[in-house]
Amino acid sequence: MEIVSYEWWTFCFRWLHIISGIMWIGHLWYFNFVQTPSMPKIPDEQKPAVTKFIAPTALFWFRWGAMATIVTGLILAGLNGYLLNAIKLGIGDHNPRFTDIGFGMWLGAIMWFNVWFIIWPNQKKVLGFVPAEAAEKKRAGRIAGLASRTNTMLSIPMLYAMAGASHFF
Amino acid sequence: MKNPLDSLGATVFLGFVLTVVMVLLIHAIA
Repeated sequence: MEIVSYEWWTFCFRWLHIISGIMWIGHLWYFNFVQTPSMPKIPDEQKPAVTKFIAPTALFWFRWGAMATIVTGLILAGLNGYLLNAIKLGIGDHNPRFTDIGFGMWLGAIMWFNVWFIIWPNQKKVLGFVPAEAAEKKRAGRIAGLASRTNTMLSIPMLYAMAGASHFF
Repeated sequence: MKNPLDSLGATVFLGFVLTVVMVLLIHAIA
């Protein structure tokens, strides 16, 4: 295999896609499995350590991990020549690989949308990056929390579809 | 009624249920 071969480039983007995907989903699971359940147990005077220092940094790598994942994923699907087949879920193609990876791509795209257009705008209000009244902050926290939980739920079938497309077909 | 997504355990359980639904859909389409 030549180092600059087409096959190598497709693999390179798959590798970058997995790296950025772990950056993204790793932080998603940190928020849902560690940070959110721990917050009620942390004394009030220690909470700013999380809200002012840890959460903003975690959110930075979380949202840019999501962006890198979708960009490398779309490039990978394009290089492999199945981007459009996957978008239409392989309907009419009679190829289960396109249907499988298509479900993974759609779930990932919904999750990416949730990160950039629901979770992040609401978290900016919660963390005080944009001004918001107390009631609005509370509402924003609820919306961001539910969107984050939705993504945690969707990550399970999404990873099945992503791994399955390479494993089964 | 409490939102099931308020529970981490229910969230993960629903993720597995959705996976089964998705696999059935994949087989139905492909």
